[in-house]
Amino acid sequence: MNPTLSRVFPWLFFAAAAVLPLLFASDYRLFQLTMVVVYAVAVLGLNLLTGYNGQVSLGNGAFYAIGAYTTAILMDKFGVPYWATLPFSALVCAGVGFLIGLPALRLGGMYLALTTFALAVATPQLLKYKLFEGWTGGVQGIVIDKPDAPFGLPLNPDQWLYLFCLLVGGVLFLAASNMVRGRIGRAMRAIRDQPTAAEAMGIDIAMFKTRTFATSALFTGISGSLGAITIQFVAPDAFGVPLSLTFFVGMVVGGGASIAGAIMGALFIQFVPNIAEEVSKAAPGAVYGLILIGFMFLLPGGLASLLRLLNGKRA
Amino acid sequence: MDGLLHQLISGIASGGIYASVALALVMIYQATHHVNFAQGEMAMFSTYIALTLIQAGVPYWAAFCITVPISFAMGAVIQRVLMEPLAKAPILASVGVFIGLLLMFNSVAGWIFTYTLKPFPTPFGEGKPLFGGFISRHELGSTAITLVVLLSIWAFFRFTRLGLAMRAAAFNPVSSRLVGVPVNKMLALGWGLAASIGAIAGMMVAPVIFLDPNMMAGVLLYAFAGALLGGITNPLGAVIGGFIVGIIENLGGAYVVGTELKLTTALFIIVVVLTVKPAGLFGKTVVSRV
Repeated sequence: MNPTLSRVFPWLFFAAAAVLPLLFASDYRLFQLTMVVVYAVAVLGLNLLTGYNGQVSLGNGAFYAIGAYTTAILMDKFGVPYWATLPFSALVCAGVGFLIGLPALRLGGMYLALTTFALAVATPQLLKYKLFEGWTGGVQGIVIDKPDAPFGLPLNPDQWLYLFCLLVGGVLFLAASNMVRGRIGRAMRAIRDQPTAAEAMGIDIAMFKTRTFATSALFTGISGSLGAITIQFVAPDAFGVPLSLTFFVGMVVGGGASIAGAIMGALFIQFVPNIAEEVSKAAPGAVYGLILIGFMFLLPGGLASLLRLLNGKRA
Repeated sequence: MDGLLHQLISGIASGGIYASVALALVMIYQATHHVNFAQGEMAMFSTYIALTLIQAGVPYWAAFCITVPISFAMGAVIQRVLMEPLAKAPILASVGVFIGLLLMFNSVAGWIFTYTLKPFPTPFGEGKPLFGGFISRHELGSTAITLVVLLSIWAFFRFTRLGLAMRAAAFNPVSSRLVGVPVNKMLALGWGLAASIGAIAGMMVAPVIFLDPNMMAGVLLYAFAGALLGGITNPLGAVIGGFIVGIIENLGGAYVVGTELKLTTALFIIVVVLTVKPAGLFGKTVVSRV
């Protein structure tokens, strides 16, 4: 691809993603595509943290849960409109992410992975805890309403929701790609690859790591909010280990240090388990497992690196 | 007071199980600086193998003696086939493979053995609790087995040439290779031993919490908390840590947080240890040269 084309391509892709599904997709397909956007934002959040910054997190589902619950509680208990809950959930998640990022500074690689794994295991229990039951609805969870299209737009609720998520997702993707291309992104990668050299170059490692954690949590939290609005329901058992591992699989399959990889990873986690489930109920886990191991051996850079390879050959 | 004593003894019994799994984790950590996420699922799978044998009519202790070598082979093969090629890869690659293994063991077990809870027999008899009702036969028996396992592992590392070679390979692989220790074989042996210890722990815990594919998730977490608390660089520390976590879990569950937050207790212990005293109670502080 030549440089102008690669500059224009994301915008063309975005435009096509905004128009084509509205014309051709059924309501159910549209729901699935909305979930792809939701997952793409979540995987992007994990890419920033694990792919670019090298902090392996297996617990990003916790941030997704916090985002989802923030939106659900604000809508259900305070009557806040769905779109206005996003800034709140972004703030809450960034704050929590920053706080979790502080002890994470102490934890090298493996420890961090296991601690975040423990966080993923504990999340449903915390959500069910009876002290919070007045807010979270306990095991029952919270049901929320599906928003209608505003300003009398000629769209049904599914179509509007898809466009809304796509718009929010588009803004976040733009922000992330600008961030990783600039000074911040270089610092993040330097910390991942050569922490000692990075520190010697004057990069404040602690600051960058905690802020990357906060940013990742912010992205994942907004994704959780969008997911809650799309599914119209939050309940503790949806936010356990499988969710966090799903994001992890999406990141590995798409390619950790890649913006476009997040979209490919999201497509994978939305559609492949559906296909695998037709084989057997237990199959998605086995398929995920096999694919994870396969990617680690054959394509550690994920699908994005395959794309890069093809591009490089053509240019 | 009786209640407290009873909780304390139950805590020691479950602590023994955590101590075994913690020891398995530490063995792999010491050799490779990796924490095996799939340790619990491997143990769960071994326990299913044992159950299948028992249901096929094999007596308990024979099934026990067959399961342990099968698990050993499983661990050693995983090390040879999957972990060895990734020895120098970034952490993300190993974490990916561990998670992949975890998912595969879990769903394959669900596939073959279904997700329904299954009772697992205890070899120690169902009879009345002993010593004035404080300890069940199974608790006493499983604690005894755990102690025997832990002692024999300790003796193996302390008194045999092979144990010495394994310690050397873990401590300084380069020099060990120079004096003729086959380091890769030692690592495979370590994985095999860890898988066997896990299998025994699985068979000891299954009668208490019932067998299902997700049985070991909590156990793994407590074991990890125990390993960290005692110091992940110190096998004896990890064992003591496992017992302490078992006691904290039972007393905390009974008197402080209630059973709903038991897993959160493990998370809490992990975070507190790592932030306050990352080396653990008995571990050495790691100093790295830059």
